[in-house]
Amino acid sequence: MREHFRHVVAVIGRATFLAAVLGFFALPLLWLATAPFDARPGIAVSVPEFTLRNFQALLDNPYALTSLRNSLIQAGGSAVLVVTLAALAAYALSRARVPGRDALLYVLLLLSSVVSGTAAMVPLFELATRLGLIDTHLGVVLTLSGGLLPAAIFIMKDFMDGTPTSYEESARVFGASSGQILRHVVIPLVRPGLATIAVWAVANVWGSFLQPFILLRDPEKAPGAVILYTLYTEGGAPRLDLISAFSLLYSLPVVVMYVFVSRRYGFRFHGGIKS
Amino acid sequence: MIALRGLTKEFPGGVRALDGLDLEIADGEFFALLGPSGCGKTTLLRTIAGLETPTSGNIWIGGTEVTSVPPGKRDVAMVFQDYALFPHMDVTANVAYPLRIRKVPRARREARAAETASRLSLSELLARRPAQLSGGQQQRVALARAVACHPRAFLFDEPLSNLDARLRLEARTFLKRLQRELAVTTVFVTHDQGEALALTDRIAVMSAGRFTQVGTPTEVFQRPANTFTAAFIGSTPMNLLPGTAGDGALRVAGAVLPLPGGVPDGPIVYGVRPEYMDLSLTPRADAFAGKVAVVENLGTAHLVTLESGEHLIQTVVPEGAEPSPGTAAWAVPRPGRALVYRDDRLVSPCPANGANR
Repeated sequence: MREHFRHVVAVIGRATFLAAVLGFFALPLLWLATAPFDARPGIAVSVPEFTLRNFQALLDNPYALTSLRNSLIQAGGSAVLVVTLAALAAYALSRARVPGRDALLYVLLLLSSVVSGTAAMVPLFELATRLGLIDTHLGVVLTLSGGLLPAAIFIMKDFMDGTPTSYEESARVFGASSGQILRHVVIPLVRPGLATIAVWAVANVWGSFLQPFILLRDPEKAPGAVILYTLYTEGGAPRLDLISAFSLLYSLPVVVMYVFVSRRYGFRFHGGIKS
Repeated sequence: MIALRGLTKEFPGGVRALDGLDLEIADGEFFALLGPSGCGKTTLLRTIAGLETPTSGNIWIGGTEVTSVPPGKRDVAMVFQDYALFPHMDVTANVAYPLRIRKVPRARREARAAETASRLSLSELLARRPAQLSGGQQQRVALARAVACHPRAFLFDEPLSNLDARLRLEARTFLKRLQRELAVTTVFVTHDQGEALALTDRIAVMSAGRFTQVGTPTEVFQRPANTFTAAFIGSTPMNLLPGTAGDGALRVAGAVLPLPGGVPDGPIVYGVRPEYMDLSLTPRADAFAGKVAVVENLGTAHLVTLESGEHLIQTVVPEGAEPSPGTAAWAVPRPGRALVYRDDRLVSPCPANGANR
């Protein structure tokens, strides 16, 4: 009887704890789902008084839609740059004998948080000014890519290391050139890794605030994360109607990308190497 | 024809994987590189393929020196131990890949892939990916890919070792027939002496980067040039016992055996295969006396291990004739089957011509 009682208490306790954790994560999402359609959104979740007026108001904001386009340019540009450079660097690091390779990788990884992090913002701004990269998409793309690359190389190298060299050797014996080996064999084999890096880079750049905030002056070029910060009244009070609607629009592309990429480039390839 | 002259490969760190190898493999020959793991046989194959660069020495393929020619220009096809089929390509694309590199138009190369595949009974599987094939099918696709590019030589790196035992026998017969039909020079790396004996025209037995013997399967089996080869070849390990020659007889492990011709007096190593000994249950002077320690069932025969002083002596007895463990028994070597070594070289019977290198 006491055993049974203890068991019930344990189950209830566990369920309560999990519900609290779940609620903690679910409430902001729930707010994001309801507030944009609420005529009078607050910071609490409530049953909305349905309206699309918030989106109408958002479209009147001159920067809202262009900022999403800017986010797309910066995220896309960074993703292409990071994937290309990380794939090439990781392939080389994985296949060639470089003395002190692992130390190099770890130092890069350690410094990556510094390179584009808050601490380096002043020298980065200085550098961008001298190179004439202030107020350009390229400046933002280069700065953010630089910060993402070490970790991207690290992750890609793991994928490359996991690919047996006999695939490449086999192609080499059949006469394939280095370029052909890369295009026909290596890239298809590590495609899930490339997709992972791309998604991760896009999500990172999409959420970056500080770098574009400092490197871009012209609100015409500011990405979504920066524009979100401007949706306040003159008095400094948040315009919850605009913020909620914009937040929803701002989140959707990343969600769509995740779904698309995991469908398209899920881990499908196995076999071909008999182990 | 493949020829090697003084081929040496030293890896960084000073490991000598190949140590001054000389060899000639004739056109159309099926040639085995046989040895335990780490003996350098795979390194030799990879050096012939061009995947490793020799430290010194030269390689010729078909009369052309290829020592510094990149792998793709040597006109050889290699089948890897893990097959290395491209997992993102179907069977057709895999088999046609060498032709794709040679810029053969798509329709032509796919026709040729289909033709090669049908020859290797893969026609049903053309649209499958490697992951959807069994081990034996993967192995045949890997062979088809090598066959499709009509190379001057095939290089096989243990292509049968990843198959299970029954399938391996089938694949072995299949491989031998295919090689005979195509008549393409083939170098085959294996650690399995049975495979090498069954498949090939000639065998090079390797140990520590050198050839211990190069010869036909019969030569290597019947007249192993040294005790390493003697111990390595044969499905049951050869009995190798120290002894002395003198006074017109061989004295080995308590037995007095007839002295074969050509053996000078002095210390020797006496070798006899377990299959070439008979078991007697009555005492004999020309036999190894011992006590039956272990009896192992081989199916059609039994392998009996005798404890004879500090030596273990193995003999094979026919089914139904196996003694029970613990009984006293005498192992009688059959006349003419004994091998006598002095200083690790065969002195009796006379070594076959060219068997020693």
